[in-house]
Amino acid sequence: MDQAANTGGRGLKEAGQSATLDPKSPFSVSGLTVAYDRKPVLWNASFTAPEGELTAIVGPNGAGKSTFLKGSLGLIPKLSGEVGVFGRPIDEARRDIAYVPQRSSVDWDFPATALDVVTMGLYRRIGWLRWPGRRDKERAHEMLALVGMEAFADRQIGQLSGGQQQRVFLARALAQDARVYLMDEPFAGVDAATERAIVDVLKKLLSEGKTVLVVHHDLETVPVYFSHVLFLNGGTVAAGPVADAFTAENLQKTYGGRLAATQLAALDEAAAMKG
Amino acid sequence: MTFLESFLNALMLSAGYNTAVVAIGSALLGAGSGAVGAFVLLRKRSLVSDAMSHATLPGVVLGFLTGVWLFGDGRSLPLLLAGAALTAGIGMICVDWIKANTRLTEDTAIGTVLSTFFALGMVLLTVLQSLAISGQAGLSGFLLGSTSGMLSSEAMTIAAAAGIVALIVLALFKEFALLCFDEDFAGSTGLGVRRLDIALLTLLLAVVVIGLKTVGLVLVIALTIIPPVAARFWTERVSRFVPISAAIGATGSYVGACLSASAPDLPTGALIVLILFALFAVSMLVSPVRGLMSSLLRHRRFQKIVHLRQGLLAVAHDEPILEPITRKLLIKQRYLTGDLRPTEAGWSAARRIDRDQALWNLWREEYPDEAHALADWSLKPIDEVLSPDMVADLETRLAPHDAANAAGGAA
Repeated sequence: MDQAANTGGRGLKEAGQSATLDPKSPFSVSGLTVAYDRKPVLWNASFTAPEGELTAIVGPNGAGKSTFLKGSLGLIPKLSGEVGVFGRPIDEARRDIAYVPQRSSVDWDFPATALDVVTMGLYRRIGWLRWPGRRDKERAHEMLALVGMEAFADRQIGQLSGGQQQRVFLARALAQDARVYLMDEPFAGVDAATERAIVDVLKKLLSEGKTVLVVHHDLETVPVYFSHVLFLNGGTVAAGPVADAFTAENLQKTYGGRLAATQLAALDEAAAMKG
Repeated sequence: MTFLESFLNALMLSAGYNTAVVAIGSALLGAGSGAVGAFVLLRKRSLVSDAMSHATLPGVVLGFLTGVWLFGDGRSLPLLLAGAALTAGIGMICVDWIKANTRLTEDTAIGTVLSTFFALGMVLLTVLQSLAISGQAGLSGFLLGSTSGMLSSEAMTIAAAAGIVALIVLALFKEFALLCFDEDFAGSTGLGVRRLDIALLTLLLAVVVIGLKTVGLVLVIALTIIPPVAARFWTERVSRFVPISAAIGATGSYVGACLSASAPDLPTGALIVLILFALFAVSMLVSPVRGLMSSLLRHRRFQKIVHLRQGLLAVAHDEPILEPITRKLLIKQRYLTGDLRPTEAGWSAARRIDRDQALWNLWREEYPDEAHALADWSLKPIDEVLSPDMVADLETRLAPHDAANAAGGAA
């Protein structure tokens, strides 16, 4: 089955990824295929995340960006594919992974404060049959402070603005103290202060040598915030360092005619300046 | 003995050993179903219990027939409950299977399974009645619930089972909370989401089955839904929500069972549900956290602040005050005389508010993000919200503004 997933398919050769799982990579996906109701959303997607780097996952709507994260985390059933965390199967390395889901995926009327939600990031560490203690609460407070939300610790989460809710999600992931961070559209619909707070967190994670993958929709900021890029559209289109891979050609291949020529030129220029 | 006397006796657990045991058993049942129901509500699967309870009927009849076949008597509570659990479990699996393998939503799957299983149960029950086997009169108690004639041994079985359910909920509290709030995040940490869901539904199945005898299959859903919806009015934290729900469930079931002991002709299940509803209504009206009265009061207070402020700003800028509420408020505060002329106090308050508003406006211009984050900016005096150095800084910056305005006005 592995063989079938790795031969054929358009993604692999163009992406230039190794077909086997790289034991040194903090997060590698090989031949991931996910279908909803027999309609493939993601076909044979592969990617090897470079350690200690910040990778943007980009692609048009419906390209399977969220599916790529959810499928590799085993949150939705996959038809085929392997996921490795430093060469280990993901189920043996859950503690190394922190996932930030889309903000719209939960009901914010849930009876919990910002602090409660951040404490949830510590639950697995605390373990079965035990309750969060004083130290856990302190740690959750510290994480809230890192995203500039310490003043809102006791606020019910439904009474926070969208950006503040996003920061609470980020603080929860920070509390997990993982080695790999997977974030699904953290920048979507947030205010400028939150965007700055998220960028600060990303920089902090990088300075600690963490590996971060972010589903991102704003192409213009890709060369500004990220060092690597993964283009998805139903499968891997291209991947690599921003300086090499963030090109008009790859953008055209991923987005087709949906990007205007002027937009492409501007993005190309931005990438060139950064490179 | 009057009805009231016997009810009070039952409440004080002094209406006889059997009544006391039944009341305590009912309270534990209410606590267990309130706790499980709280998580089921947060998981947004409350109606599943309706499918389960209706799917118990064929099992109850089959349990009775098995008892007759094995011991010559069908009235064995463990056998009846085992049968109920069996068919309710099958019903639950059917709902889950339909939801997972078709495009139907859970509510339609529930409707289909509920009615089909109940219909099957009714057919079996009618066939059973035509067989003229003795002892089947007790079966109708499973439809509407009855504690009259419940043996203390039966009540103890119910109490023990409910206590075990409550303990399991306590043991899995964190994990259930995580599952109910954010399934994807829970899954990403390696928590077995599917297994936890099955555990939660199994606990629900357990309270539905052990609640059958007391509340009856038609109304047992109330035991798992009303306590949590009532509890939701009292708190914004899951760590309190679940215990409050359990307490409401316990109180309602206890009082209902005591009422039933004093009025044995009335159906126990219906009495418990009516008491629970009363607790729900009180919670909805008077809870200071999310109750209707407190939110009405909060709204009125907010409205008053906004109108006072706008009225005073109008006074400061010499604009007409058109809204009747604003006029009434300003007159009541003695800021305006009856013929709408500002008083001395009115002028000074207007100047103060005008200054405050100017500082707020400047602050919003300078720090738009923080103003966005602060929900009630400009509704409180600025020096109560922002730090003194910030206000002082704004004051000095506001001064040239004023000078410029004055100069503009003079020109």
